[in-house]
Amino acid sequence: MAEQKHEKYYVPASSPWPIVGAIGLGLIAFGAGHTVIDMSNDTDGWGVNVLLAGIIVILVMLVGWFRDQINESMSGLYSKQLGASYRQGMAWFIFSEIMFFAAFFGALFYARVIAVEWLGGSSNNAMTNEVLWPGFEAIWPLTLTPGGTESGAMGWLGLPLYNTLILITSSFTCHFAHVGLEKGKRKQLTVWLGITIVLGLIFLYLQGAEYVHAYQDLGLTLDSGIYGNTFYMLTGFHGMHVTLGTIMLIVMFLRVLKGHFTPESHFAFQATSWYWHFVDVVWVCLFIFVYIL
Amino acid sequence: MSTVVGEMDQHDDHHHHAPSGLTRWLFTTNHKDIGSMYLWFSFIMFLVGGSMAMVIRAELFQPGLQLVDPHFFNQMTTVHGLIMVFGAVMPAFTGLANWMIPMMIGAPDMALPRMNNWSFWILPFAFAILLASLFMEGGGPAFGWTFYAPLSTTYSSDSTALFVFSVHIMGISSIMGAINVIVTIMNMRAPGMTYMKMPLFVWSWFITAFLLIAVMPVLAGAVTMVLTDKYFGTSFFDAAGGGDPVMFQHIFWFFGHPEVYIMILPSFGIVSAIIPAFARKPLFGYASMVYATAAIAGLSFLVWAHHMFTTGMPVFAELFFMYCTMLISVPTGVKVFNWVATMWRGSITFETPMLFALAFVILFTIGGFSGLMLAITPVDFQYHDTYFVVAHFHYVLVSGAIFSIMAAAYYWLPKWTGHMYDEGLAKLHFWASLISVNVLFFPMHFAGLAGMPRRIPDYSLQFADINQIVSIGGFAFGLSQLIFLWVVIKCVKGGEKAPAKPWEGADGLEWTVPSPAPYHTFDTPPKGFDKPPEVK
Repeated sequence: MAEQKHEKYYVPASSPWPIVGAIGLGLIAFGAGHTVIDMSNDTDGWGVNVLLAGIIVILVMLVGWFRDQINESMSGLYSKQLGASYRQGMAWFIFSEIMFFAAFFGALFYARVIAVEWLGGSSNNAMTNEVLWPGFEAIWPLTLTPGGTESGAMGWLGLPLYNTLILITSSFTCHFAHVGLEKGKRKQLTVWLGITIVLGLIFLYLQGAEYVHAYQDLGLTLDSGIYGNTFYMLTGFHGMHVTLGTIMLIVMFLRVLKGHFTPESHFAFQATSWYWHFVDVVWVCLFIFVYIL
Repeated sequence: MSTVVGEMDQHDDHHHHAPSGLTRWLFTTNHKDIGSMYLWFSFIMFLVGGSMAMVIRAELFQPGLQLVDPHFFNQMTTVHGLIMVFGAVMPAFTGLANWMIPMMIGAPDMALPRMNNWSFWILPFAFAILLASLFMEGGGPAFGWTFYAPLSTTYSSDSTALFVFSVHIMGISSIMGAINVIVTIMNMRAPGMTYMKMPLFVWSWFITAFLLIAVMPVLAGAVTMVLTDKYFGTSFFDAAGGGDPVMFQHIFWFFGHPEVYIMILPSFGIVSAIIPAFARKPLFGYASMVYATAAIAGLSFLVWAHHMFTTGMPVFAELFFMYCTMLISVPTGVKVFNWVATMWRGSITFETPMLFALAFVILFTIGGFSGLMLAITPVDFQYHDTYFVVAHFHYVLVSGAIFSIMAAAYYWLPKWTGHMYDEGLAKLHFWASLISVNVLFFPMHFAGLAGMPRRIPDYSLQFADINQIVSIGGFAFGLSQLIFLWVVIKCVKGGEKAPAKPWEGADGLEWTVPSPAPYHTFDTPPKGFDKPPEVK
């Protein structure tokens, strides 16, 4: 990319992928809606097929769109300004993800501090407890709901603690890989990135094992009251984000093996790294508020 | 802001003509094409949502049940609200942002043009799904656009999952659109255009985009919890499982209140551009306009529970939310004061954009005052869930947001089409809209204060006269909008050639390029900014 004094703007050429992505999302929304409706009515419908078709369309879109982006980027078509736009766009995207988790953390805090306490008769709700839910005791974790559903509670020692250590470690290894990339040390980059991926996979495996333990041994399920609800929704959405982050890391690993990225130009890697640190921070909040406290 | 691209103009982007055929619209990366699609889409949705309002007003023309059954009536109020909020007002503003922001800041296009196209094309699918759910067994969403639990969980129809997923993809679209706007503004301003030299429309969208990114994910969380509560046995909003239906309202309105400012802040930007242009005077208090907009946005996160004064909260919380809400009238008052002060001793002419902007200032202020009345907790106990609330938010959203969108359309139509619109017809549209909108919404205040509840297909006999007047106003307002469609089509097809700057007092980069604006506006960044355009 030759440095020029008089700059010109770069506008990407038109592309079919956005409309393909819109069709894919449309199919997913329509298919997922019908799948859920079919499931609740215990009927077999065509919803699942539409959903799968949508997922396939989105996967094709992702591969095609990213292939075009990578080719354009590798041929030096992109300006520094576009790189800055990408970075800012990624930062704002992560901010939106934080707000998505904030909704569920908000639900957790509201349930713990207000909803369960009020049902137990605190503040001016003595009659709520006395008349509507007699005998209900406000405890957290809520192992016995006002409606009488019983479940166990997940402790923080053991699997959750290991997972915390694993994910925090992976944030460091991811950073070491990034430093390696910036200093042009490809071997450091490859090794640390590989370790990060392995740690991510171990985390996901242990998270799965924890769910099995919760369902089979503790009787803690998605529908066992507000404790189980917030536990599974928060850890579940976090797990989905770790899955996505791991896939992104694997793609980065393959691109590194193909010799992509330079110390100056590696937006995709940087975005993946930010995303990984973000899921790590979310986990730390989860560990504190869902498991320990 | 250094931009470096080698001499590779391998693609045809630097030619100043548009590609043709269907793929131009499907594959486009052009902010003007995408802006036009947003604007047309929002107008179609405006008519669809409007026809639902006509069904509502026809049913309410007389007491008793005559045209539709109550369940269908509920679907109409629900989908009317959803379509007008997410399908008409928000896409219209996004369309204006797409068209105008790159031109106003001297950029060649939006920062992320392909994602821009993706955000637009999600919308037709999202609304097709929402509308399709109306035809399913058991009907579509009938729980109000606010989808309070347990109406949307325990008591909702089977099709609720479709509502949930269509809101999900609408949210994805809005978030991507907002990221695009905010990155464009942060990164694509022409050299020398510092933040405090940006046009106020850009400023207001900058803040709006921040609000969108902050709260649309919360809406996604809320609909997700509704989905799992209804279909997967969770009890977020069910006391038997330790949850609370009131929690739904907290989460929803944490999204919902910033959302209503998302639908009004860009209006402030539009009006702040139009009033100085037609008063031929610099805008009074540019900096205070910026700070007021930011203050309104900041406060919007601290007032959500004023929508729920009657649902049960500790007194301390009621007072906190009451005072925070009343505080918003301070920055809003600053803005209204500044608009009036701008016109003070100006050489005002009354072309259609100015007429709509003036009507905006007056009618939005009426809506603001009724909002202040609603903010007062003890009296809200009387107003809550009555037609007074309906009157309030329609003054803010129809004679506020929609009027500002009309003003913007008339103001920039010559730039978009290259032709002047028919001023006579446009004035007819304005006066017809102005009179009918007040016949439509003003009497609702009285019906509400007298106790007529909202979202009910029937009412006591004493409300009959008022409802008849309101319905007549409603039909008249609906028909008046067809004049607008006529004016726009006529203007697209032909008319007097528009000069680069058709308005004598207008200022800003968009008026430095020819009309119609060339397919690609700025190849190289324009230079020389010493003041914001409104202040010149």
